[in-house]
Amino acid sequence: MTRARLYLLLSLILLLLLSVFGERLIANQFAYYYDILITSGINVILAVSLNLVNGYTGQFSLGHAGFMAVGAYASGCWSNNLDPMLLSLIGGSTNPIASNLVFVLSMGVAGLLAAITGLLVGIPSLRLRGDYLAIVTLGFGEIIRTAILNLDFLGASRGLSVSGGYTNLFWTFGIAALCSYTVLGLVHSTYGRGFLTVRDDEVAAEAMGINTTKYKVIAFVVAAFFAGIAGALYAHFKAFITPEGFNFFRSVDVVVMVILGGMGSTTGVCLAAILLTILPELLRSLSHTSIVPPAYHGLLENRLILYSLLLILFMLTRPQGLFGSRLAVRKRAGTPSQSDG
Amino acid sequence: MDSLLQLNHCTIRFGGLTAVSDLCLEIGPGELVGLIGPNGAGKTTVFNLVTGVYQLTSGEVRFCNERLNGLKPYTITSRGIARTFQNIRLFSSLTVFDNVRAACNLHLKHGVRDALLRSKSFVVEEELIAKKTMELLQIFGLERFRETMCKSLSYGDQRRLEIVRALATNPKLLLLDEPAAGMNPVEKSSLMKLIDMIQERFQISVLLVEHDMRVVMGICRRICVLDYGLKIAEGPPEVIRQNPKVVEAYLGGDAQIRSSNA
Ligand SMILES: Nc1ncnc2c1ncn2[C@@H]1O[C@H](COP(=O)(O)OP(=O)(O)OP(=O)(O)O)[C@@H](O)[C@H]1O
Ligand SMILES: [Mg+2]
Repeated sequence: MTRARLYLLLSLILLLLLSVFGERLIANQFAYYYDILITSGINVILAVSLNLVNGYTGQFSLGHAGFMAVGAYASGCWSNNLDPMLLSLIGGSTNPIASNLVFVLSMGVAGLLAAITGLLVGIPSLRLRGDYLAIVTLGFGEIIRTAILNLDFLGASRGLSVSGGYTNLFWTFGIAALCSYTVLGLVHSTYGRGFLTVRDDEVAAEAMGINTTKYKVIAFVVAAFFAGIAGALYAHFKAFITPEGFNFFRSVDVVVMVILGGMGSTTGVCLAAILLTILPELLRSLSHTSIVPPAYHGLLENRLILYSLLLILFMLTRPQGLFGSRLAVRKRAGTPSQSDG
Repeated sequence: MDSLLQLNHCTIRFGGLTAVSDLCLEIGPGELVGLIGPNGAGKTTVFNLVTGVYQLTSGEVRFCNERLNGLKPYTITSRGIARTFQNIRLFSSLTVFDNVRAACNLHLKHGVRDALLRSKSFVVEEELIAKKTMELLQIFGLERFRETMCKSLSYGDQRRLEIVRALATNPKLLLLDEPAAGMNPVEKSSLMKLIDMIQERFQISVLLVEHDMRVVMGICRRICVLDYGLKIAEGPPEVIRQNPKVVEAYLGGDAQIRSSNA
């Protein structure tokens, strides 16, 4: 595991170098690809964190975009209102170190607020199982979106401009690495095997002294924390956020990434997140060529059609996802728990 | 006073069905007690009410002189009661090693933060757990399956693994629900020797549910017989064997309990 820490450190250093020397160049010369790059980074964070809940712990949360929204708006509001003051305190807006520090603070606030929301939503709802939890979390996501739509100081339906624009390659992929490290570190410890026992058999887990509700809540809170940070990265990248950016379909996006990647495989989920960010773009560019008749362009540009097709294809041929284990899937699809001994 | 587990007038009803009725039972420290009875007699239900899976309709369960009524299953396990399941319930996506390791969670000193920071003491604890796990697996001859997925073990080995997993929670009382079901006579007798051995080695009490009369009579010094949720007899094997009620419950007539009853 010290090796994992070494990898984390190495990747962070590499990212830092890339970010310091290459960021400008990529962002200016290849703006389109830069956009895809950052978006895939944010999607990796979302998918890997959701995988802790939906994959490793075997719950079904459909509200990840809700936590992302909490983070995005929290970070946006915080930065809009407090950054000028904070920056003037520690060295001005032109100082890169100062602006990065301010961003860390803003992300921290976003993550924390999302985590608290996760705790508040999780404690009552994680007593529910399966479909019920899915419905409650779906409802939660909609409540957040509708609440923002009706809160004037958050811009309501007009959206919120976010000042700062701090998001860069270092933070996006650094957080993605940190998120993967956290999830893997947790899951591979004796402590973290508890998450998997909750997925496999709750009755047996409780009989082995494992407080399954506590594990579910922890998974939920950790996932919400990273979703919040992903929201902050998104807000500072787009510089303009609307409630529609965090609707139900955003949650579905992330769930699809987790399912295609293979529930409970961090590597698979990372790959799926990147692939599913790039694929719609590829199809879009395909629709601009003459290969495809114009009548079908709409089909290619609609990512939901792509997702459905991929899901059907995967469920038929590889139900365990890109990297997931077949056993976990069979168990989930198998008999519901029966409380006899 | 010196009883470990005490069931006082325990009754549990499912709708109109009284699965366990006014059951009193005591188990002392270091005892190996057998719980027998025909199919549907309520043996598994007794386990479920002791471990908190079912709530009692009336009566009380005491363990080490503390009331267990209404506690969550994981709290009861943390007090020192571990069990196995009649229909094997292993953690199917985990390896043999991890199944046992997961059960060590209960006495873990480290939490989320340490799992992420990997402090020195965390690493030491993980090594201790690995060592303990391997020792337990060795006792049951499962150490060579360390990295095997538990689902691919043979039926008998899965049952043994369930016992190992239960032992990993450091119980004072072990509840075994038909641990020898599906095993051949040779496996059965070696498992019973093993149960006898671990009971002494770990200084634990055992409550054993088993259908094979010869097996129960061979190792239990006290046997409790249930029929339709009622305790119809309790005592040492030689007395139980002669008890006409038991004979009737099992064989529905005046036949003698034969030495083997599978
Ligand atoms: N959750 C439940 N709901 C309703 N009835 C139940 C429930 N659990 C057990 N029973 C009933 O209680 C009675 C006792 O069942 P139990 O499983 O304890 O029997 P058993 O002695 O373990 O039998 P076996 O030898 O077949 O394992 C049975 O009639 C069973 O149908
Ligand atoms: Mg039974």
